[in-house]
Amino acid sequence: MSPTPMTPADVRTSVAAFLASHPPEDRTGFLRARFDAGLAWLHYPVGLGGLGASRALQPVADEAFAGTPDNEPRRIAVGLGMAAPTLLKHGTAEQRQRYLRPLWTGEEVWCQLFSEPGAGSDLAGLACAARKDRDDWVITGQKVWTSQAHYARWGILLARTDPDVPKHQGLTFFICDMRAPGVTVRPLRQLTGEAEFNEVFLDEVRLEDTLRLGEVGEGWSVARTTLMNERVSIGGDALPREGGAIGALARMWREQPELRRAGLHDAVLRAWVRAEAVRLTGLRLRQQLAAGEPGPEGSAVKLAFAGLLQEITSLELELGSTLRHDDWRVDRGPQPEFPSRTPTHRYLRARGSSIEGGTSEILRTIIGERVLGLPAEPRSDLAVAWRELPR
Amino acid sequence: MTGLLYSDVESELRSELRAMLRDHCDPAARIERDDAVDVDLWRRLARDMGLAGLLVPEHLGGAGAGPREAAVVCEELGRAVAPVPFLGCAVVAGTALLSCGEPDLVAGLAAGERPVALAVPFATPPAHAWSPTVTVAGDRLTGSVRAVADATIADVLLVPAGRGLFAVDNSGVRREQCTSLDETRRLCDLSFEGAPGRLLAEGADAEAAVRSAVLAGAALLASEQVGVAEWCLDTTVEHVRGRYQFGRPIGSFQAVKHRLADVWVAVTQARAVARYAASALATQSEVDLAAALAQAHCSPVAVEAAEACVQLHGGIGMTWEHRAHLYLKRARSAAVAYGPADVHRARLAELVDLPPAL
Ligand SMILES: Cc1cc2nc3c(=O)[nH]c(=O)nc-3n(C[C@H](O)[C@H](O)[C@H](O)COP(=O)(O)OP(=O)(O)OC[C@H]3O[C@@H](n4cnc5c(N)ncnc54)[C@H](O)[C@@H]3O)c2cc1C
Repeated sequence: MSPTPMTPADVRTSVAAFLASHPPEDRTGFLRARFDAGLAWLHYPVGLGGLGASRALQPVADEAFAGTPDNEPRRIAVGLGMAAPTLLKHGTAEQRQRYLRPLWTGEEVWCQLFSEPGAGSDLAGLACAARKDRDDWVITGQKVWTSQAHYARWGILLARTDPDVPKHQGLTFFICDMRAPGVTVRPLRQLTGEAEFNEVFLDEVRLEDTLRLGEVGEGWSVARTTLMNERVSIGGDALPREGGAIGALARMWREQPELRRAGLHDAVLRAWVRAEAVRLTGLRLRQQLAAGEPGPEGSAVKLAFAGLLQEITSLELELGSTLRHDDWRVDRGPQPEFPSRTPTHRYLRARGSSIEGGTSEILRTIIGERVLGLPAEPRSDLAVAWRELPR
Repeated sequence: MTGLLYSDVESELRSELRAMLRDHCDPAARIERDDAVDVDLWRRLARDMGLAGLLVPEHLGGAGAGPREAAVVCEELGRAVAPVPFLGCAVVAGTALLSCGEPDLVAGLAAGERPVALAVPFATPPAHAWSPTVTVAGDRLTGSVRAVADATIADVLLVPAGRGLFAVDNSGVRREQCTSLDETRRLCDLSFEGAPGRLLAEGADAEAAVRSAVLAGAALLASEQVGVAEWCLDTTVEHVRGRYQFGRPIGSFQAVKHRLADVWVAVTQARAVARYAASALATQSEVDLAAALAQAHCSPVAVEAAEACVQLHGGIGMTWEHRAHLYLKRARSAAVAYGPADVHRARLAELVDLPPAL
């Protein structure tokens, strides 16, 4: 770790020096070199793509790298936002060395094998079983809503190693080899028409013990790292004013005066104010985080972001009196950029933002209990062996 | 006193229709096809049950029922997101034809033989119903009308053009189906390239015919929205009763219960408002006000119910496979149809003398 804190000027100098000696010709080579120079994610440790710097400096680096080949962050969102921080915190030295670089460069895509048909909000109630067989683990179960699984190389997998203890205690975290025999990925079509997520069947999938992340039975605490980071990563992008969904709405109002209606003016202004409040809160949180890791406060960002996105995309439909859609055909590519689609697509996709990564109901409970310290609801499912729970 | 309840006859009509829809309506099977309207189902409803001529007096070949019965039909069709053109054909075009006094066209429509559609954009609010985009030279019509509902299978189009309302059959008409937000009520763009038209009404009569048609559409669409909302509520209640998380049904969590209680309250109010609109239409009293009120109130309720339905289903609510999305898309599209809520509020401002700020 650097003894004197880096300044934005230091970052710009480093990036300029890097760019001078690394013409961005071959994309992968360029990204690998950027990782090796510690200019990938600045707050990561030296040797793992970072410089041990403050998180707040990342936008400075990203700006200095603008126009050079990037790692297509949307395509590898699960890796960047969830798998990486989990590997960093709970992985062994070998695991961090092996996985973080190709994760960041986008050479290896990650997916999240958490949710199951019977376990969504109650993730800790999941059933997918991991059985020890000599040195290996044998995984059997079904996962669902798995975004990006159809092109993922690895999955972060939560599985049950002990059904006879209370549910949070019997879980273990694994890295799932998506190419292993027994892994079947089937597309699930979304209400937008696309098949962005999948169901994943795991049938006697054999994983070496080196693919275990954290101790046996410690899966829940590892998964909490993932979830906290997931919530910060959804809606936590550093954006300029009007950089998010509000930009499309504001442009519509400005550039299509024939659509303007007195009855919607105040609603558009309210959305603008709310968007700015959410943006500045995210910025402030990022400054607070500096090098630390997100706590339950991160849930507030995701909660607010989901509500805001839904409000804005609804307003877009109202303002445009929208009755048409662009295309319902299945698209298996990486998530298409929002702005290139019709408002109907943005609206429909935004319905998912209050479901994925912890529903808004669940996030409110987390804020109530873990931030405000309110008494938890009486729970009947904590002291019982998982096997005995009603479902 | 305005009757806001359902009569026995209306309740019987509802049961019969619901049974028919349960056996013969599969909206999910219709989407993403060129033939978006379920013509078999429409034949059963229009001909066998006589719904195409529901609003048509008996002496003109119809069932001689009124807007209150039609509203019950709308509720049920909304509940089923049925891909049939009842609203556009039997309600909107039917109202226009009746005010023009066109016995032959009316008889054809009532018998379910010749579907008719009014060529105005689906998003047209009643107060702006008369804004022709088609021009006339002699008896030839030229121009286009975009995003028209229930026109894909119409044999006759009622086209506002110049200063008149014209009947146009298929020659010289081009229809292009739109990719619609609500694929259970596919819209189409119409263009007329010197299409021969027959004048049905002119000047103030034509305007009145078109305006009363769109007004009837707006008033009865509210009942369809009640049906949509009701399906969403019932389906969600059923789901949260049976879905277990944390060792208990998710419906036992207060957040879930409260949201559904709010939807129930909203649906109850929407029903009263929609019934009021249907009654107003039946008695031709306060129709402008009742229709504006109904659209200002019921549009957001259907959306609220459909959004709650998706949310409380969790991941499964986000899929193409579950029907919730059909209702969400219907609710969102209906919220724009015949004018969005804020336009209806603005209309109410005029009607009840609550002028905007200076
Ligand atoms: C677009 C999208 C992408 C996704 N991608 C992934 C992925 O890549 N990997 C992955 O593992 N998962 C993914 N998910 C799954 C997501 O995490 C789950 O859908 C979510 O956690 C909810 O679980 P569920 O669908 O089982 O709904 P349920 O848990 O059944 O919830 C249904 C409803 O009940 C409410 N509810 C449940 N419990 C409570 C409570 N205690 N108090 C109040 N309300 C409650 C919920 O808020 C919700 O409204 C994705 C989901 C979506 C929509």
